[in-house]
Amino acid sequence: MAFINFIKPKNKLEEGGRTAAPVQQDAGEPEKKCPNCRKDIPLSRLWANNLVCSCGYHFRMKARQRIQMIVEKDSFQELYADVKAGNPLNFPGYQEKAETVRQISGEEEAVICGTAQIGKEKCCLFVMESYFMMGSMGSAVGEKITRLFEHATKHRLPVIGFTVSGGARMQEGLLSLMQMAKTSAAVKRHSDAGLLYIAVLTDPTTGGVTASFAMEADIILAEPGATVGFAGARVIEQTTRKPLPAGFQTSEFVLDHGFIDRIVIRSEQKKMLAELLEMHRGGNA
Amino acid sequence: MSVAPYERVKLARDNSRPTGLDYIKNIFQGFIEFHGDRCYADDHAIVGGIAKLNGQPVTVIAIEKGHTAKERTYRNFGAPNPEGYRKALRLMKQADKFGRPIICFIDTSGAYCGIGAEERGQGQAIAENLMEMSTLCVPVISILIGEGGSGGALALAVADRVWMLQNSVYSVISPEGCASILWKDAAQAETAAASLKLTAEDAKSLGVIERILSEKDMGKKEFYERIRTLLTEELQELSDDVDLISKRYDRFRRIGEGAAKEQV
Ligand SMILES: [Zn+2]
Repeated sequence: MAFINFIKPKNKLEEGGRTAAPVQQDAGEPEKKCPNCRKDIPLSRLWANNLVCSCGYHFRMKARQRIQMIVEKDSFQELYADVKAGNPLNFPGYQEKAETVRQISGEEEAVICGTAQIGKEKCCLFVMESYFMMGSMGSAVGEKITRLFEHATKHRLPVIGFTVSGGARMQEGLLSLMQMAKTSAAVKRHSDAGLLYIAVLTDPTTGGVTASFAMEADIILAEPGATVGFAGARVIEQTTRKPLPAGFQTSEFVLDHGFIDRIVIRSEQKKMLAELLEMHRGGNA
Repeated sequence: MSVAPYERVKLARDNSRPTGLDYIKNIFQGFIEFHGDRCYADDHAIVGGIAKLNGQPVTVIAIEKGHTAKERTYRNFGAPNPEGYRKALRLMKQADKFGRPIICFIDTSGAYCGIGAEERGQGQAIAENLMEMSTLCVPVISILIGEGGSGGALALAVADRVWMLQNSVYSVISPEGCASILWKDAAQAETAAASLKLTAEDAKSLGVIERILSEKDMGKKEFYERIRTLLTEELQELSDDVDLISKRYDRFRRIGEGAAKEQV
């Protein structure tokens, strides 16, 4: 695997929807600049290629588009779509922010859960949404993922989860912290029942999600060039006052340090997941 | 008498508070420390071993900050590395095997944010503790004695009972960190501290902890005796419980359930 050190574009919209204004495009077909190779790519081509540049750079992808890419046509049945965060601590500005993000992203929460078929196998699937407060985990995200694992345990189904998260949702304070323990306990029950869980880490997977269900899978895959880590790079720099090594906290870095199984490019993910599911059919029963 | 949340944060961080080892020495008898995670190193920020509580063998684990400047450096200011969490899990599994209850004392600003910590899987180490603690067969009681900093504290707090000292705090992020991320201004830490609901009273009303421990005579004989009595009584009750694991599951399962509202 070639070592690629991608530059991470900062997208205000992903961080909570402060800039909702659409970017003005030049005349002709709209294009997007690849932060890695600096080429302008026509949007139609980028979409046809599942948001991967010809240089191999993986752009962030909306959860629903990802679901379409991964599951068999019309097989996805969404679960718990109504579960969304309130403002349990009356945290200043949280309600307004969440509502804005809901309008812009078209999603109620930072994770979409359901059942689906991949290849010939039925599974439970969760996909986190970077365009919803950067996939931060609050009570609703924890609740939905916990319910999904409980559903999978009850019906003896494998779970596939695509993670993307900036960490815990601080506007829910301790309640969001506790979701780490809650989801982990549900993963453990599913695991103890002899069932398969595959996590696919996408850009970025950090903080409380890394320190819970992202790192608890039987098989951990990752997209190339994704940021994967626990603490934020800036915090580490400030704490240690040392320059960070090249490629620090990328998929390639955590693969090298033994914490994930494989890096799988987007175009090969469906085939890989189908194959892995097929090889674990029925769990250990 | 009510103390402002940010004042609580300062009290929780105060160097003169008893640290983990003070509790171990004063509550238990015959502490024998065990070292190392059997993988990489011995983390000095986490102390663990076996001791007796009123004659009963127990496993005790504590995050230790140290008192003097020298001690604090040696203890990495109570910020554990992954090997600390792995040592703790090793000792918890040992306790599970020999049927010993586990008592944890928590006092950390958070898991260490370092290059090596990331290289050795800080996130994975915490995740594994959360997962494995949820199915330990023996009773677990965790007490927050100072700072309860996020995942680094929770990694020792997937327990049957979680207690907090009156002036300890438990939070998903430091108030300074929260203020600088949300409002780009660390000076708003006071507002953040109040908004995060991080005091012992807040944690209790959110259903995150069971008991608040008074700090009357803190550091004195009476103080430790009081905690010893409470631990002994609570362990008695928990040891008789045949449904420990599913109750521990439900304990965390219900947290935030109501906060995640369903639309009608
Ligand atoms: Zn490119």
